[in-house]
Amino acid sequence: MADAKSQRKTVRLKVPVEAQDLADLEIGSVVYLDGVIYTGREGVYKKVLEQGAALPAGISELSNANFHCSPAAAVEADGSYSVGGVTATASFRFSKWMADWLALSRAKIIIGKGGMSAADYRDILVPAGAIYLTTVGYGTGALLGRGIKDVRAVHWLEELGNAQAMWIFEVENFGPFLVESDVRGNSLFEQQGRLINANLEKLYRGLKAPALSRYGETDDRKDELI
Amino acid sequence: MIDYQTIENAARRIMANAAIDIPPDYRQGIEDMAKWEEGDLSCFVLQTMIDNWNAASEDRRPMCADTGLPRYYVKVGNNARLSDGFTGLERALRSATALATHDIPLRPNRVHPLWRTDHNNNVGINAPEIDWSFEPDVDWIDITTVHKGGLFGTDYRMLFPGDGIDGIKRFFLDTLVAFGKRGLACQPAIIGIGLGGSKDITMVLGKQAACLRTVGERNPDPQIAELELELKKLGNSIGMGAMGFVGNAMVADCHIEVGYTHTGGMPMSVHAFCLSSRRATVRIHADGKCEYRHDPRWFTPYMRRETVEWPMPNRSEKQSG
Repeated sequence: MADAKSQRKTVRLKVPVEAQDLADLEIGSVVYLDGVIYTGREGVYKKVLEQGAALPAGISELSNANFHCSPAAAVEADGSYSVGGVTATASFRFSKWMADWLALSRAKIIIGKGGMSAADYRDILVPAGAIYLTTVGYGTGALLGRGIKDVRAVHWLEELGNAQAMWIFEVENFGPFLVESDVRGNSLFEQQGRLINANLEKLYRGLKAPALSRYGETDDRKDELI
Repeated sequence: MIDYQTIENAARRIMANAAIDIPPDYRQGIEDMAKWEEGDLSCFVLQTMIDNWNAASEDRRPMCADTGLPRYYVKVGNNARLSDGFTGLERALRSATALATHDIPLRPNRVHPLWRTDHNNNVGINAPEIDWSFEPDVDWIDITTVHKGGLFGTDYRMLFPGDGIDGIKRFFLDTLVAFGKRGLACQPAIIGIGLGGSKDITMVLGKQAACLRTVGERNPDPQIAELELELKKLGNSIGMGAMGFVGNAMVADCHIEVGYTHTGGMPMSVHAFCLSSRRATVRIHADGKCEYRHDPRWFTPYMRRETVEWPMPNRSEKQSG
């Protein structure tokens, strides 16, 4: 395919975003961000939601975009930070914290890898007015690294380590991302998965099953697998 | 005599080469796929990844921030001599990992599995892993580093001889479909398959097949080479492309490595390398001269020897490698 990039609708958003910025976004559109974003994953969620640590002051006013990511970054001897690249981590693992997190942080954009389940969009993101953006690849680490203009602050670095700390980044033309779930909870992955599933039966036709099954192929632990 | 400092310096450099510069064989493979991929979203992903590799090389920054589990494969010439011995080599590789983590910088990914302790340098208990192999009649050492993600795209299954090629194909498809959805395997990727050996070696061979052979390289056994091509074609007919979007770009290449196994079994592993297939190699000669490359040349005829004796190399070439 000659140029698949120019064919995609591309949108640039200023963070923090307003509700109307998100209202017309369509799944499959390309998004670039300007403003401030922060990283947050299991370390931060446990710290704040389970151990009751206070959110960094003013963070909700500064940004409403939560990136499921850990940067390739180092702390220099003079205390400054060097950031090489950033790539997302798989978001489905954070499902159990998302409802409380969205309520507390008032985040409206979740950025990550692989999306979340259709049920999570319906029950958690849509009621909170939040969308999901997926990174591309995965791992356009260098392109995203270019979009980071400054490290505003790093919270819980000592305690959680580089990978789990909350990094607050000032970003410019930060992307590309694809709209995976819109404000109505339509999911690009789910739509694409349905199309692919239609071909699977034909693909497996004629291939006989192995002699020994595995749990997972049956969920009944009383079953024999032979 | 190869000294400690030469090894540490060379290892730091291959850590950076692997993290930043996509290997040319893999890049070519993906560029070719981007030409024939008809799925528009999948093709968008491939073209964006090519942009990303360009940005990484131009800026000298890592192409992917998930460093994966950085590790080493060391091939030691039988006549190589190391100033600080083998433990010195291990210490040099651990030190190079910590220094490169700070200098490039790489994400400190390595944590204790239970306490999640992070030394912020990708070094810890049993980390980085070092795989060893040997080569007769030469005095150099080859060190390859591989940075590969560690969460998805790999599976193991005990198959039996009666399951045959059907069983192999089915498990191959199962793994690609399961981890290909939503692109968790970061495909299109080089898919490595381990067949045979004991269970642990099945996993080791499959991983090495994915990470230590280049796109276009075939197994020297013509029937295995044919199976590699057949599986590649099968993987590219699932109807799934990059990120699990509609398309066909799934398998950049398929590599199979085998080991003699239990007479009753046919264990199999499948490993997907990723869209940031990061590998880099250095050969350190006896005089300390270093040659850098992206082709690991891990599976030598000696590695694949069939029985007690092995063909001796031509004596006149014995030190040229």
